[in-house]
Amino acid sequence: MDIHLTNAQATAEERVAVDSELGVPASSWQGGQRQTSDTRAAYNGDSHGQRHRLLPTLHAIQNGIGWISPGALNYVALRLDIAPAEVHGVASFYGMFALEARPRIVAHVCDDIACITRGSQQLCAELESTLGPAGSPCSGGRAIWLRSQCLGLCERAPAVLISSAGEKSHERVLAPASARAVQFLLDDAIQDRLPAEPDVLDLKASVPQAAQKSSSPPLRLLHRISQGCATTIETYQKFGGYEGLRKAIALGPEGTLRELAASKLLGRGGAAFPIAKKWEALFLQRNLLQQDSGRAHYVICNADESEPGTFKDRILMEGDPFAVIEGITIDGFVTGARQGYVYLRGEYPLAAERMQHAIDSALENGFLGENILGSGLQFNIEIRRGAGAYICGEETALFNSIEGYRGEPRNKPPFPTQSGLFRQPTAVNNVETLVNVPGIIRDGGAAYAKLGTDNSAGTRLFCLCGHIAKPGVYELAMGATLRQLIDLAGGVAGNGKLQAILLGGAAGAFVSPKELDTPLTFEGTRAIGATLGSGVVMLFDETVDLRQILLRIASFFHHETCGQCVPCRVGVTRQEESLLRLVSGKPLGSAAQEIAMLREMGQAMRDASICGLGQTASSAIESALQRWSIFS
Amino acid sequence: MSEIVITNPANFDAPRPTIPLPRGPIPAAPPKIARRSIDIKIDGQAISVPEGSTILDAAKELGIETPTLCYLESLTPVNVCRVCVVELEGSRTLVPACSRKVEPNMSIKTDSERVRLSRRIVLEFLASSVDLSTAPNMREYMDRYDAHPERFGETRATVAQPIKIDNDLYVRDYSKCVLCYKCVEACGVDAQNTFAIAVAGRGFSARIATEFDVPLPDSACVYCGNCIGVCPTGALMFKSEYDMRQAGTWDEARQTQTDTICPYCGVGCDLTVHQQDGKIVRVTSPLDHSVTHGNLCIKGRFGWQYVQIQPADPPEE
Repeated sequence: MDIHLTNAQATAEERVAVDSELGVPASSWQGGQRQTSDTRAAYNGDSHGQRHRLLPTLHAIQNGIGWISPGALNYVALRLDIAPAEVHGVASFYGMFALEARPRIVAHVCDDIACITRGSQQLCAELESTLGPAGSPCSGGRAIWLRSQCLGLCERAPAVLISSAGEKSHERVLAPASARAVQFLLDDAIQDRLPAEPDVLDLKASVPQAAQKSSSPPLRLLHRISQGCATTIETYQKFGGYEGLRKAIALGPEGTLRELAASKLLGRGGAAFPIAKKWEALFLQRNLLQQDSGRAHYVICNADESEPGTFKDRILMEGDPFAVIEGITIDGFVTGARQGYVYLRGEYPLAAERMQHAIDSALENGFLGENILGSGLQFNIEIRRGAGAYICGEETALFNSIEGYRGEPRNKPPFPTQSGLFRQPTAVNNVETLVNVPGIIRDGGAAYAKLGTDNSAGTRLFCLCGHIAKPGVYELAMGATLRQLIDLAGGVAGNGKLQAILLGGAAGAFVSPKELDTPLTFEGTRAIGATLGSGVVMLFDETVDLRQILLRIASFFHHETCGQCVPCRVGVTRQEESLLRLVSGKPLGSAAQEIAMLREMGQAMRDASICGLGQTASSAIESALQRWSIFS
Repeated sequence: MSEIVITNPANFDAPRPTIPLPRGPIPAAPPKIARRSIDIKIDGQAISVPEGSTILDAAKELGIETPTLCYLESLTPVNVCRVCVVELEGSRTLVPACSRKVEPNMSIKTDSERVRLSRRIVLEFLASSVDLSTAPNMREYMDRYDAHPERFGETRATVAQPIKIDNDLYVRDYSKCVLCYKCVEACGVDAQNTFAIAVAGRGFSARIATEFDVPLPDSACVYCGNCIGVCPTGALMFKSEYDMRQAGTWDEARQTQTDTICPYCGVGCDLTVHQQDGKIVRVTSPLDHSVTHGNLCIKGRFGWQYVQIQPADPPEE
């Protein structure tokens, strides 16, 4: 393409950062030095098909320099043959990319709902007095702290993530955090003394069930986490790893699909779609795949866990990454895909490290690559990091993000199983769903279906956070009641008096203590107008001002809407304004009129928005207004 | 960029392309597939339309008027404005009429309570955040759905911002932008393939922008004006029109439109010349013209000033 660039030039450092991702340019047509062999026609200038490398390249600049300058942006445009306006459009979409100069060291301080229950407001107030206001440089201009959306570290709230850009970029999680600890860590970062490991998975703090010696019944999803399976593939195999893949290969794709159908496994990401149906849709297109060399199938592991209060997928990836990889490999085997992607949340450094290590080990040991386990199966997995956009967890937005476009959802139909990533048939599954697969294949689908209830088979991970005695990820057979789950996690913390529970995250619903005997199943929660969603169970004691929580949820959606469709873009803005008026006691007309307007807006957002974000952006707020009269 | 230095001209061979020029067979046009008809029902009326038609097409066939804003027949539907939503039996949410293709036995309601509520709220959302004063049809839509944007209060957020006048040909007033994506599509793959503008930012602050918001003359813009041609709200406007509106002399009732052929090159683009008081005030092109599909280049769109040079100032000898 004939690219028109402004005069801004990339610095040598910026070029190195870009070249570290894309390699040295092959010709002057791709931004390199002019050579005789370049000729006067752009024969070597064709970078088409490279657009999907845009997001990793922008990450490379952000990590290397700390922000993306006009010069760096021009160089990326030249290297990838994308118009600079489009590169800018993509870069400005993501929260993690800075387009104005800012210090290399950034502390992202979570002030989202789970952290509010654990003192984040006080933490922010202390940081304001010690470091200065959020968003302005501190520590002699060498660092900056920013308020952040949920970081997915809710079991160890309040949470802080420190990132240090440079030739060797570092990230470090601090949770639970104190103002003093943040200051110390910022000083360490300035002196280049950050610990090499981004975080430590502490079972006691994050997976209380796994930290216990024995649990009954035995855990299906969490049992390997305490065995040190995260780092060596040998240990993983010792504890049953890759038995599922071996059996799947023996059963063949059809046999594997039969087991999955028998298991009645529904997707764990929130939408509860039958996994067997999704994979079968790709399997049935295998003939077209053979006939047309231009066709491909893709499988994607959706690890962009960003629903406030959710952290189960992070724990699985940190504690049992090979199980995720094995699940994706079986997915590839059944669907005929040769390439799998893990779209991994940008704020999860340890999970990314462990997953990459697992992929590398699997490749070395013949569990990925050519001819897996001698079966002729060819399959590879690549990790793509998100960059701070909740919306990219929506599957079609995720496709756009991987392809190098703005992470805006697509209209459905066509559905991903017909036209997904790169417009090819694609199966997208949540991390927890995929971790279920190897065990189901190994033990048989029927055995799995016996767990849980008729309509909600199997076990489920729950993310307990907020005012709960022992926060963390818990695994329970579906059908246990909310009360049983809370008892298992040590009961209500805070002042001990339960006010409300948020089920399913910001896109979920509040339930009251009267509803504690609700069975935790898809049908049970639906019956009370709630949802299991991503498995969030967030408790609020009586000291919490629910109005502030609702306002924070509204502000979350205001920040995270992609802005593509009108009902969502303006709707979440008006919703926040309306709640602000209610909280400050200045409603338009009466409080009842204001609430009626909120409901009406909620209806239009639910009915007319393109994707699930807008369709659920009012659900938690409306559920609270329905259960409590908090504004009268 | 360094120069090519030829050290020994005697041995110099003209560089040859490393990738051979593509020389394949001339591609044949795909065979025409007879489109079957699909039977659907809209507001209780049965209709049969060719496969591939949208609900909007079918509704139009029945004489049902559907409000649209981001839709234009010459562009790929992006279905972002959501004013055209209809109720489809069996669907959890409403669906956009402009992009949803008909499927056998669909049953659709275009004027149900749910549809009217969503359309009204969407119109209220738009009119409460954007200046729609130069958007044709909007007033009529707002009356039809009884929309009251002022009910969101005085302090509501809007996209109001200073107007951008950075060139002599057209102005950009993003206070009037509904983010319909049409200009981006026209600048990109749907027409011009220049990619001077894109949607930037996210959420309520999402906006149409050049890279780092540089002025148009520094961007890749080639001033084809195809973005003005598709803008539904007057956010993008001919400088000539803008100046006249500022002076209070713009009066569409006094304007006439004349179709002609562009005098510049041999392509033969159709021009619609809009004139008021004997002066050209803007130039458009018919959307249904087989050559232009509504698109022009800088010459056809803006190169008409010479027509208006008055003989009062004879060229100097």
